Amino acid sequence: MLKGKKVIIFGDRDGVPAPAIEKCVTAAGAEVVFAATECFV
Amino acid sequence: MPDPIIKTCSYILAHAPNFVRYGSKPMREIADDPDAVLPSIESHLRTFQEAVAYAPNQVYIGNLHPDRLNDMEQPWYGHPLEGASRCGPYGESMPEDELLALMKLADDFDLVWLDKETAPILSGALRSNPLWKDSDLKKVDAGMERGRIDERIQHHGSLPLYRDGRVVGCVHRHHEQDDTLKAHVLMENLLAKTSGALALTHLLNNAKLRPDEIDFILNCSEEAVGDRYNRGGGGLAKAIGEMCGCAHATGCDIKAFCVGPLYAILHAAALVKAGLFQRVAVVGGGSMAKLGMKFKGHVSKGMPILEDVLGGLAFLVTGNDGESPIIRLDSIGRHDIGSGSSQQSIMESLVLKPLDKLGKKVTEVDKYATELQNPEVTVPAGSGNVPLTNYRMIGALGVLRKELKREEIDRFVMDHGMPGFSPTQGHIPAAVPFLGHAIDAIRKGEMENAMFIARGSLFLGRMTQLSDGLSFLLEKNPGKA
Repeated sequence: MLKGKKVIIFGDRDGVPAPAIEKCVTAAGAEVVFAATECFV
Repeated sequence: MPDPIIKTCSYILAHAPNFVRYGSKPMREIADDPDAVLPSIESHLRTFQEAVAYAPNQVYIGNLHPDRLNDMEQPWYGHPLEGASRCGPYGESMPEDELLALMKLADDFDLVWLDKETAPILSGALRSNPLWKDSDLKKVDAGMERGRIDERIQHHGSLPLYRDGRVVGCVHRHHEQDDTLKAHVLMENLLAKTSGALALTHLLNNAKLRPDEIDFILNCSEEAVGDRYNRGGGGLAKAIGEMCGCAHATGCDIKAFCVGPLYAILHAAALVKAGLFQRVAVVGGGSMAKLGMKFKGHVSKGMPILEDVLGGLAFLVTGNDGESPIIRLDSIGRHDIGSGSSQQSIMESLVLKPLDKLGKKVTEVDKYATELQNPEVTVPAGSGNVPLTNYRMIGALGVLRKELKREEIDRFVMDHGMPGFSPTQGHIPAAVPFLGHAIDAIRKGEMENAMFIARGSLFLGRMTQLSDGLSFLLEKNPGKA
């Protein structure tokens, strides 16, 4: 589903942070064009 | 040498409804649409008495144990505590009149002007506070002509101070082109100094120490005090110490986002353990930037704006007295640079690795203090219940280690966790609001130990994608060493 797609990632410090999502989508063949984690508290 | 102890602590709240407009989020929203946003904020502010009677605030200053919140009907703001006191065993809730006077007392550069009519009212309020009644308040009493205040606001970048819906003073900038010395930044820094000094004063009072008996101060406030060449240069530890009369102390600032207080306590413990200093005070002042951070969520749900208080805290770390709980220095949990960033790997580093070192099970820690943000502040704004999420994660790790059963997680959370009760002031909720309650319970024999766990969002500064974290175990003192 993600193979060859460009992905923008917003992670949540108290949920799933960006580097963890990045590993998953990269493994699924996507290209990460932006990744950042945010803190919502 | 035995491990150091945390002898006592203090917690203060400063009610600051008229500074909510200067919080980062409200200020940006007001700039976008002043006619709609400002009246909406003003109509959702609480009175001082409402802030005092708010159960989580009573827990913070020590009048209630955190577990009592489990039995209280929510919303807590809808069920004010009758007869609630502004004073508690750990500190106090300070009304805004006293805060304004104390802010002027903290001002060494004539940055704050109070109008002649209001200044005596504010200094009179501060004189009624037992901890400040003997202070020299001439600086507060003086006051300034109203015309000069208006002129500074209109033409020189000064920011107005409000009381009862009218301008009663202003804060000046100290350089025309330096963004780090503009009025808004100086206001933020002055409030951190003021609330930090209030916390340190209560710490000295609680510990029955003279100010000159402190020999080192570590400030863990989040504000970036400095100038254009030294943004975030520091110096708040000594500024706070000077204001409190700690003439024989030196010190410095510790920066680590929200985990700063734990790093500061760790440094304090190391300095004491090494024998370099005997009485180290860790102090953190409040963060104006976070006032009203979730106001949009609160206003949209018809709630009062709950982020209307500055938090402050202070801890006294000393050598072993044979009574107070010890900081187990062999229990320090670290989030190393090479550790993963997932919630699971962070909690493994901060909770499981230290437990393994100590030979303890997850269930052998009586209470875990994680970040203790008040969920009533965060949930309505869509930010979730942070402490609950963390407790469930710790419980789940216990299940993976076969130290408890899956169906026992809810009971684990109830017994070993607690509801969040801290104002969402960045570094303030970082586990340490429970230290006072833990010290008391361990001294009384109601608990053996407690683990303190906090995390920092290093990625917010855009220098790294890393998170951070630190933990330590506080444990019953084994007795005279």
